[in-house]
Order: sequence, then C-alpha cells, then structure tokens
Amino acid sequence: MSDSAPGTAAAPDTAAGTVPALRQGAPRGDWPLYEVFVRGKRGLNHVHVGSLHAADDTMALTHARDLYTRRNEGVSIWVVRSEHIAASTRDEKDPFFAPSADKVYRHPTFYDIPDDVPHI
Amino acid sequence: MSDDHVYLSLAEGHEDDTRWAYGTGFEDPLHGVDTAVPEGLDAARLAADCVALADDALVGAQRLAEWTTRAPELEEEVALANIGLDLLGQARLLYARAGRADGTGRDEDAYAYFRDPQDFRNVRLAELPGGDFAFCVVRLLVLSSWRLAHFGELSSHPDPVLAAVAAKGVKELTYHRQYAAEWVVRLGDGTDESHRRTRRAMEQVAPYFGELFTAYDARDEVVAVLRQVTGAAGLPMPVYRPLPGAGRSGEHTEHLAPLLAELQGVARAHPGATW
Amino acid sequence: MPNEWSVGKLVSMTTTHSAGTALPEQSLQEHFDATIARDQRIEPRDWMPDGYRKTLVRQIAQHAHSEIIGMQPEGEWITRAPSLRRKAILFAKVQDEAGHGLYLYSAAETLGADRADLTERLIEGRQKYSSIFNYPTPTFADVGVIGWFVDGAAICNQVPLCRSSYGPYARAMVRICKEESFHQRQGYELLMTMMRGTGAQRTMVQEAVDRWWWPSLMMFGPPDGDSPNSAASMAWKIKRHSNDELRQRFVDMTVPQAEKLGVTLPDPDLRWNAERGRHDFGTPDWSELKRVIGGDGPRNAERLERRRSAHQEGAWVREAATAYAAKQARRVRAQEGAVA
Repeated sequence: MSDSAPGTAAAPDTAAGTVPALRQGAPRGDWPLYEVFVRGKRGLNHVHVGSLHAADDTMALTHARDLYTRRNEGVSIWVVRSEHIAASTRDEKDPFFAPSADKVYRHPTFYDIPDDVPHI
Repeated sequence: MSDDHVYLSLAEGHEDDTRWAYGTGFEDPLHGVDTAVPEGLDAARLAADCVALADDALVGAQRLAEWTTRAPELEEEVALANIGLDLLGQARLLYARAGRADGTGRDEDAYAYFRDPQDFRNVRLAELPGGDFAFCVVRLLVLSSWRLAHFGELSSHPDPVLAAVAAKGVKELTYHRQYAAEWVVRLGDGTDESHRRTRRAMEQVAPYFGELFTAYDARDEVVAVLRQVTGAAGLPMPVYRPLPGAGRSGEHTEHLAPLLAELQGVARAHPGATW
Repeated sequence: MPNEWSVGKLVSMTTTHSAGTALPEQSLQEHFDATIARDQRIEPRDWMPDGYRKTLVRQIAQHAHSEIIGMQPEGEWITRAPSLRRKAILFAKVQDEAGHGLYLYSAAETLGADRADLTERLIEGRQKYSSIFNYPTPTFADVGVIGWFVDGAAICNQVPLCRSSYGPYARAMVRICKEESFHQRQGYELLMTMMRGTGAQRTMVQEAVDRWWWPSLMMFGPPDGDSPNSAASMAWKIKRHSNDELRQRFVDMTVPQAEKLGVTLPDPDLRWNAERGRHDFGTPDWSELKRVIGGDGPRNAERLERRRSAHQEGAWVREAATAYAAKQARRVRAQEGAVA
C-alpha cells in the first residue's frame, strides 16, 4: 500500500476521517488516477497501456487486471499513482526528446490498420 | 518496440480468436479430455450434480448481469461482468455435461430455458434479489468461498469432464473470492454508512448458510474466510439462524420465478426459433 | 507515460514553462504545426493550441460518454437473451463498451480533464453523447441491428481515428477497434441466424432494420456544410474524413450486406450510381437529428436518468473505498513511525 499523495502527506494529519481526496479538492469521494503498465509476456518490458481510477493500490491492481488484461494469466502488471510519476520536460524545450529517446510511445506509423472495415 | 506490442503479445496464440476480449480462459478447458462417461459411474447422480452446480452459476450470473449499467463505478462494471461471464461459462459446460450424462442429449439451452422454477436446483442464496452493492459482494464472498471449496474437491472427481470444469473454475473462483473479500473489508471498514450496509448484508445472507453446507460441507473453509474478512473489516461474525427448506430440493423463495420469467421469456415466446 | 494528471501539476508546469526558457508562442505554434504536417503524433506534454486541446477534450469525452450510455440499449437484453451463447456474447460486448469508455476517459485525462468532472457534465446534460443511443430496443433483433449498423458505423468512424493526431486518443482507438471487430460480426451473425428461423423472426429483423437505418446514417453527424467544428478538426488531423465521406462509405459497405441478408433498407432513393461508382441515397431527416441531440429523442430522459442514478447510488461505495484507503494509509504511517 502506497503512502498518500505527496500533496496530502505534507498537510498535517489533523482532521481524523478527512480523506485525501477531500483535501485535494475532489469532494465526491472520487478515486485517484493510476497509470497501468503491463508485461504481456516474459522477455518484454512493461509497457504503459492506460490509466484507471482506484481508491488504493490493491484496487488499482484488481481493476488493471480486469480492464486491461481481462485477467489473462501470466501477465505482470504494475500500477502507480499518476502523480508519483516524474516526467521530463516538454518536447520543444529539450533535446532529450530526440526521436530515438522517444521510441517507446511515439510510433505513429506502426499501426497497420486497413482503411476498410473488416469484412464480415 | 511499440506500445502496441503489448496487445499483440496478450493475444498471442489467439490471433484469430476474438474471444480474447471476452473474459477469462482462452483455452478450451475440455481440450484433450475424454468426454465419455466413465464406466461404473452413477450417471444419473453425475447429471444431477452438474445441473445443480450449473443452476447456481446461471442464477448467480443473472443477478450479476442485473448490475450492468448500475454499478457504483465504471471499473466495477467491468469486474462484475468478468465474474458473471465466468459463472455463465461454468453453467454452460456443466449443462452440456449433464445432457451427456443423463443420456437425453439435451443442450445447455434446454436446461436453462425450458425448465420451470421447481425444477431448478440452485441454492436459494443465489436467487435472492440484487440488493445494494454491499449485499452483492457479501453474497459473492460466501458463494465463491463455498463453491471454491467444492470445486477444489471436484477437480479430482472420477468424471474427467467435471474434474476439468472444476479445475478451471478453481482459478476463476479464487479471483471472485478475492475481489469480494477486498470489497467487504473496504466497505466494512469504510464509512459508517458502508459499515451499516455491510453488517446488514451479513445478517441477510446468514440464514442461507445451512443449505449450503447440506449441499456440500465446506463449513470450515467458509467460516475461516469469514473470520479473516470480518476481522479485517471490523464486522461481527454473522449469527447463523437456520431457515427450513433447500433450493437443492426444489424449494425456492418467491424470487426465483420472476428471475426465470425474465431469463426465459423471449426463448419461450418463439417456439421453433433459432438464435 | 506522463500525463497532465492534476490541475495542480498542470498549473505549476505551465507556470514554469512560461516563466522559464519558454519559446515564444509563435515558434511553439510552428513546432506544433510542423509535427502535424509531418503526420507525427502530438503527445500529452507537448505544447498545443487551446482550441486543439478543447476540441479534443470535447470529442473524446463525447465518445467516452457514448460508449457508457451505449451500454444501455443492449444491456437491457443481457438478462433476457434467448440462448446462453447469445447471453455470453452480449454480456461480453456490453462489458467491452464499459472498458472502451474507460480507455477514452483515460485519454481525455491526459489532456488535463477529470473523469468525475466529465461525468458530472454528462449527467447534468452539459455534454453530449451519440444521439443513436436515444432510440429504443423493443425486440432482440435490435441487438443484432445495433451490432450491424451502429457498430458498423462506429467502425467507419473509428478506424480513421486510429491515425488521429493526438497520440493517446489514437492508441485508445487502436485497442478499441481491435476489440470491436467482433461486435459487428456478432450482430450480423445473429441477424443471419434469425433470418433462417421463423417468419416471425424475419419480420422482427426487417422491422429493426427499418427502425435503425436512418438514425444510423445520422450517426455521422450533420452534412459537411452544416458542421461547424469539422474544418478545424480536419486541419488538426483529429478527424481524417468528413461526415459525408464517412456516411457514403457506410452506405456502400452496408448495401451488399443487406442484400446477402435478405432485408430491405428503407430508402426508396437508394440505388447504385455507376457514374459515381457509389450509391445514391436519400436525405436523413435532419430536423429529427436536431430534436434528438436537443434532448427530445424517444429515450433521452431514461438514458440520462439511469446514468445519473447509478452514479448517485454508487456514491456511498466510492466514498467508503476512499475512506478506507485513507485509514490504511494512516495505519501504515503510524506503523512506520513506530518502527522509526
């Protein structure tokens, strides 16, 4: 189980029963956002597949399994609170974003999708 | 390497099988299993057992299907549907086995759609109306714990088909139980309202324990699970008050008939139709 | 992959950005335009014009809402499906729609939108969903026709979106299109099976075709001349084809399928035009589309009410989970404190 969000950890934990989401300005009991990484099979990296909402890490893993793998066994899943991810700066500011450093998630031409719908 | 690779590898070996998005289990659980009923086995008994277990699963799946578009969060829509699909899959395999074992050759739909309420053998806990989400997960916790113990034993049943179905079911039910247990703990130890609702749900399911343990005595396993979960959730153990009657004998609550009327209505309204 | 996950982060980054070594807006715009022109994807942390971001949030949110509201017309039939095989297929299909809604909300959240906020907008009627889901499904044949027409039209719309200029949206669409390939097939296969059944079943199929044909053509949106947002979306490569182009493609694709099925599409003006090499067809009743979009369709009120009540009745569950997570986090901290 992870600690609460950085923003809340800094706040003194005075009001018992006050939930982090409330202090973050989400008054509806909304669950925080998690990023999901899946290793489809041995030998591959974990790859980002999307995000979801969950109240805690355990629930995030359960949801990730249900949503992103439809519970295919043998798949390894990582989940992490979105706000815990540190990211490099935006592309126009940083040579770090040369195409080669970027290859994990920028392959516009990879998808070989036919223009016509699948035949019935 | 692309983020798309992950989907390809997830679907690997099933490229032509659009079922990969369907839910669990991409493999035919009966692959390589001899489907002849073994000599010396009481075939009528085998068929009756399969029908009873299938009825539990079908009625349970129907109650879960009722949650569609009504779940408390979208992620829960997906989760409840996965569980419902698992149970539906178990029901279909078990009905098919029953039709083979009882010699009638009836298919799954003959059992599901063309029997009347008094012919159903599901435990009554499965047929109770949906209730709130606390009731949903408390019932799921009890039923999946009980069925998991039962399937654990059945996976070494002398009938290889029932054994294979049970072995597949064990994996599914382990997950159902975990899902339910996590939620019961969360709700029991959540807010005052969720605690109150979960406690009430425990009281509502308790009268139906006796009938479960008569059908298959998994008292130790179920009680152990409930102790662990209620302990973590800060809930009292449910007090068992026996209720006469048993769904396994065809004695049902008033809730089964309307459930079946909905399930069977279209199929029965169109004799001779094909779907 | 980094997201613009919270308003707080977004604001602080924007601040750093404008106060730091930021390039002037003009060169940011040029960089953006060049990326689009090279047919490369825009990613969440890239600079993008406000209009692009707003257009995307609106389109992706509407798409997500459509998946979620779209569960309802078919979802009504899961408990009543007339065979266990159909029940399993339909259950899985409607589950996919929930999943697809989630993928899309996830894409919208990379733009700084918040799912709870989008949900509020939906249930308060401030954001739209596809008007097609405001039509009723009185018979099981409607399930088949929704698969054939509505999912067929959705595929026409969505396949080009797999090359949409915004990366997370395009990737969500790749996954959705893959999973949806079975949706249209199952619908058509159901109809073929019903057409081989009883006379009453064939009548059911034809009646459902009559009900859904025109609303399906309207799914592609108003005619190009009357579609104010289309031009910008095309220029930004959020959209790749115009409404009328996609509508034509759908008609051309569907006509031979209808012949094979043995049903009549309810349009007296529908005929092959050898000169154009395409089908001519009649004009949908655009005033009906306006009415349904405006909230006055046959099932608008019920669809929104269902979504609203599910969300409201689920509030205590979501709050309980949040409260439990907070308690657990405190316990962990207390434990760590005790150890230290």
